[in-house]
Amino acid sequence: MTTTPTVERPFYDRVMEAVPSGEKLKLCLQCGMCSGICPYGFAMNFPPQSLIAAVRAGDLDPVFESETVWLCVSCFACANVCPAQIPLTSGLMASLKTEMLLRRKVPAELQTALENTRRYGNTLGESPRKRSAWCQSITPAIPLMAQTKEPVDVLWFVGDYASYHPRAVLASQAMARIFQALGIRFGILGPEENSDGDVQYLAGERGLLEILAQKNGKVLRKYKYQEIVTTDPHAYNVIKHEYPGVGVSVPIKHYTQFLAERIEQIKPLLRHEHKAAVTYHDPCAIGRANKNNIFEEPRLVLSAIPGLELVEMAHNRATSICCGGGGGGNWLDGFAWQQTHTRMSEWRIQEALASGAQTLAVACPYEAPRFEDALKSLGAENKLVVKDIAELLADAMSA
Amino acid sequence: MHIVVPIKLAPDLVEDLEIDAGGAALDRTFLRLIINEFDDHAIEQAFLLKERGGGQVTIVAPDLEGADDVLYTAAAKGADRLIKLIGDFSAGVNCHALARTLAKVIGDLHPDLVLTGVQAHDDLDGAVGPLLAEHLGMPYLGYVAGLTVSDGKCMARKEYPGGLVAEMDVALPAVFGIQAAEKPPRYVVTSLITQAMKSATIEEIETGEFDSGGAAAVERMSRLEATTHAEMIEGSTDQVADKLVAVLRERGLLAPRG
Repeated sequence: MTTTPTVERPFYDRVMEAVPSGEKLKLCLQCGMCSGICPYGFAMNFPPQSLIAAVRAGDLDPVFESETVWLCVSCFACANVCPAQIPLTSGLMASLKTEMLLRRKVPAELQTALENTRRYGNTLGESPRKRSAWCQSITPAIPLMAQTKEPVDVLWFVGDYASYHPRAVLASQAMARIFQALGIRFGILGPEENSDGDVQYLAGERGLLEILAQKNGKVLRKYKYQEIVTTDPHAYNVIKHEYPGVGVSVPIKHYTQFLAERIEQIKPLLRHEHKAAVTYHDPCAIGRANKNNIFEEPRLVLSAIPGLELVEMAHNRATSICCGGGGGGNWLDGFAWQQTHTRMSEWRIQEALASGAQTLAVACPYEAPRFEDALKSLGAENKLVVKDIAELLADAMSA
Repeated sequence: MHIVVPIKLAPDLVEDLEIDAGGAALDRTFLRLIINEFDDHAIEQAFLLKERGGGQVTIVAPDLEGADDVLYTAAAKGADRLIKLIGDFSAGVNCHALARTLAKVIGDLHPDLVLTGVQAHDDLDGAVGPLLAEHLGMPYLGYVAGLTVSDGKCMARKEYPGGLVAEMDVALPAVFGIQAAEKPPRYVVTSLITQAMKSATIEEIETGEFDSGGAAAVERMSRLEATTHAEMIEGSTDQVADKLVAVLRERGLLAPRG
């Protein structure tokens, strides 16, 4: 007996409804560029092109049986090259991850990060009351928006990692010194801030994003400020592109944009040389993701530092190789290792070493910890220094 | 088959715990409560049994901050009935009072199985399960890490120290203290919880006065204080090994040389 395949309509519909241009899925030419450019495409049973073919054939059981969709780190490489401009990362892959969550096929470490977010408002499972603990050593004290009476120039959306991770907070502390050196009136939300929801949403948790966006939106509407600046590329991406769909429309800048706008004010403050070749890693979330294309601002800021020689890695700007931390990837390192016996962060470090750089400059709170770990696992910790752009700038400004 | 899972809410250790001015209890001002981890496993075990053999799962929770979240999350995972016990739980209720209260409510539900966490990290008495079983006139088996039910018979896997596991036949109805579910507690997507909050009903049952008799009284609560510190042995591998052997000899853990 033969059975007639039927497309599983609910999944197909959900993919198309997930994003405004989801119906573009119908336009797939099966050209395969998405699967070809996917950094883990070689290890996935269903990279985007094959996944669309399976959807069209109505043969989704093998797709749901395979767990290799969890190799997708939402780096947007596929969506960026798709000639039909299908929202592959935010639509297709995120929807498939939702299906996997509904089928309870989620690696344990990612499950914990999602549960932490739901309970504590951050992926790390830290106390929400300690969200501003990172800045307690800074003088003058950084005001919480709840305590400020006057409107501020900048409301700084700090983000999860930049608030809690012991390595990432060093960059936050450097950024605070830069704001202070520039005479900017600024404030942070502290315990009122929740995770931005970008990586959770790209890991399939759209419902969680909606709750987080509403919580953050409610707080952001409460205060008066000229602009919102974030140190987290993921916050930038999700607040800019996904929050409006949840009814939260607020302007947002990445800190490298904010600094690039003030570069002439910054230059006279840069007293110390950084005599080294520096290469810059483009974070996916402010780079090719949703064509955010913040490529030149970070380079402009770095080039202003005296003595610094900017060199490029083979993959840069829109072709940058992901650190492996997006879309839940930060909590799937063990899974990715089991599946591929490789680490994306190591590929990137090898490129940085090959560029001849002595310093790897980064602009995302995930990256310093991820790349420093990769240097250790490669046994190359003495060959390269990883610094956030904010750290390099604050060091150059220091008295 | 009707499975009833009574759960407890215990202090969330992510927040710093403080002792109150009386010195015999936690300061509850900033205390945040979370489902007792063993109870979370009891809920999971209930769903695993339901998936294998059908039946109904009822969750019973005390009326405390966080109870609604726990109940709606359980509903999103597939719980059939949600019951909230209405009473003054705010100052903490000892295990004797809790067991008596649960027995009254659960007895009326006529369960085949009662699954509860084997202990909770706020008391570690592990007494609610056995006391509840006594009040209900049912057998109790604790430290259970797996259950099979067929034809009204139940086989439980009980864990012993040293990695030993016993398989025991238990006549139903019975109360089980769950050490671990056969699988880790499942994930439930947020949209399903949001749906459950709109569609599920939480029944409320008044507990009346608590009877706390029979329990030990807490006289003093204090923080553990470190009095001595670990000694770090430094040097080359050979030096460290020599020093370690010398320390073990000195403490009589290795026979003297010769």
